[in-house]
Amino acid sequence: MKFKGKAWVYGDNVDTDVIIPARYLNTSDEAELAKHCMEDIDENFIKKIKPGDMIVAGYNFGSGSSREHAPIAIKASGISCVIAKSFARIFYRNSFNMGLPIFESVEAAEDIKDTDEIEIDADSGIIKNLTTNKEYKSTPIPEFMQELIASNGLFGYAKKLLDK
Amino acid sequence: MGMSISQKILSAKSRQDSVSPGDIVLADVDLAFANDITAPISIDFVKKLGVDVFDKGKVALIPDHFTPNKDISSANQCKIMRDFVRDGDLPNYWESGEVGIEHALLPEQGYIKPGMLIVGADSHTCTHGALGAFATGMGSTDVGFAFATGKSWFKVPESIKFVYTGRRNKWVGGKDLILYTIGKIGVAGALYKSMEFAGDTIKELPMEDRLTMCNMAIEAGGKNGIIEPDEITFEYLKERGVGEGDYTAYKSDPDAYYSKIIEIDVEDIEPQVAFPHLPENAKGLSEIKEDIKIDQAFIGSCTNGRIGDLRIAASVLKNNKVAKYVRLIIIPATVDVYKQALKEGLFDIFMEAGAVISTPTCGPCLGGYMGILADGEVGISTSNRNFVGRMGSKSSALYLSSPAVAAASAVAGKIISPDEVVK
Repeated sequence: MKFKGKAWVYGDNVDTDVIIPARYLNTSDEAELAKHCMEDIDENFIKKIKPGDMIVAGYNFGSGSSREHAPIAIKASGISCVIAKSFARIFYRNSFNMGLPIFESVEAAEDIKDTDEIEIDADSGIIKNLTTNKEYKSTPIPEFMQELIASNGLFGYAKKLLDK
Repeated sequence: MGMSISQKILSAKSRQDSVSPGDIVLADVDLAFANDITAPISIDFVKKLGVDVFDKGKVALIPDHFTPNKDISSANQCKIMRDFVRDGDLPNYWESGEVGIEHALLPEQGYIKPGMLIVGADSHTCTHGALGAFATGMGSTDVGFAFATGKSWFKVPESIKFVYTGRRNKWVGGKDLILYTIGKIGVAGALYKSMEFAGDTIKELPMEDRLTMCNMAIEAGGKNGIIEPDEITFEYLKERGVGEGDYTAYKSDPDAYYSKIIEIDVEDIEPQVAFPHLPENAKGLSEIKEDIKIDQAFIGSCTNGRIGDLRIAASVLKNNKVAKYVRLIIIPATVDVYKQALKEGLFDIFMEAGAVISTPTCGPCLGGYMGILADGEVGISTSNRNFVGRMGSKSSALYLSSPAVAAASAVAGKIISPDEVVK
């Protein structure tokens, strides 16, 4: 699977409160959440992004609250994936569970500039910056998580465990 | 090589002789819980699987964030929880009037025991490590998985040991120790790691302060915070009718592996204030040279809404008045804390000072309700996060402190030492 789109670049410690503020957490409706995605860090976010675009950020992306509404909001906004130098632990797991692809690469996140055109091969984890013609390799997804993908995510894995 | 307390719990719960950092284990959980924001998604997961929860006694549902229901949407979320509890006849549920903030309520009511493996759909689940349990926050889907299967998968974390020595200075409590620590290592300083708090200072630290410290492990990126159970732990449990036969008290081996050992001389630590917009921006009071005027002070939350916190606040507020145009909001974390504070006459002191007292809720901590900051306003809070917009408007600014400093600042109308206002 390949993702292609523009990069929108943010700094370190983008927390889940700015990804989706708690004032909108009285619902789990994804379209509603998407409307307010990244609102407190970039009020034009929803207006400027196009389906397939990517968020690129620094260290500790998704820090703070355990709200799954954060990856849900990002995914529902049309963002195809997130590239960051590192991810906060709970966000990493949540993204995976919500089917939001995320890629860890210090070099890519360091180099990519706002509005650069990016292409990512999800299977190989290769990130290509089409604007600068540079290529990066992201940290591979841990083996156990790949197995979870193969069992159709956490839901499929739960079914398998319960059927035993 | 020996194992840390975190490794020991994960190895026991995954029925292995030993586990090493980096291992992935599927382990049995002793308690899984969620709140009114996170539970609806967990419940949906269980319903889609078409199963009952794995063990009614090991699941808890706690409507604490937006209750009493703040609006129609929150009321509907609470209704999803209540219907699920009623249909499944689940015992561990608290209605408004009984409910408290999950991370204050569960230890207080004797649900948390040493050696337990706990997952909660709330990032501050790490609080419960104060009792020598392995407790970590997860998303709703992971907790839904635990509700259904009784299991969760874990990557065994490396541990960092924080060794605190020396006597605490006046007004310095668990909050100051943890803010200082996060200031030292940064908000990603313990990313994916276990934070083990140890040393002579911790051995003498009251349980409530230990809960405050473990509560904020997540603010350094930590997977869990944990303290070896000792006499203070056993005494706390005994007061709650939990006997020594009811749990396993694990201790780290002397030759356990730590990725880092950080030694902290507590005598160097003065009351701390974390500046906007990250908990790592901690400064000692004497380092603050400028006047920081405030519009609101909030004393409460899963970090600092316990009885000891309210007693300290009352000791500062006694015979004092909240400054003009400043709001002081005090929220006891649980019904028991509320009753105790009322009984001890703390409410009289708070009301004389001009504070407003709310029923237990997370409320303003996450910018929910019960004290939201307007554009450009400045708040000081005893909660755990001061991210952009955390307590309201994205142009507001939030400082974090102990209850003593927050109470003193409400009186002075600016951030100040409790010594300046105590009468």
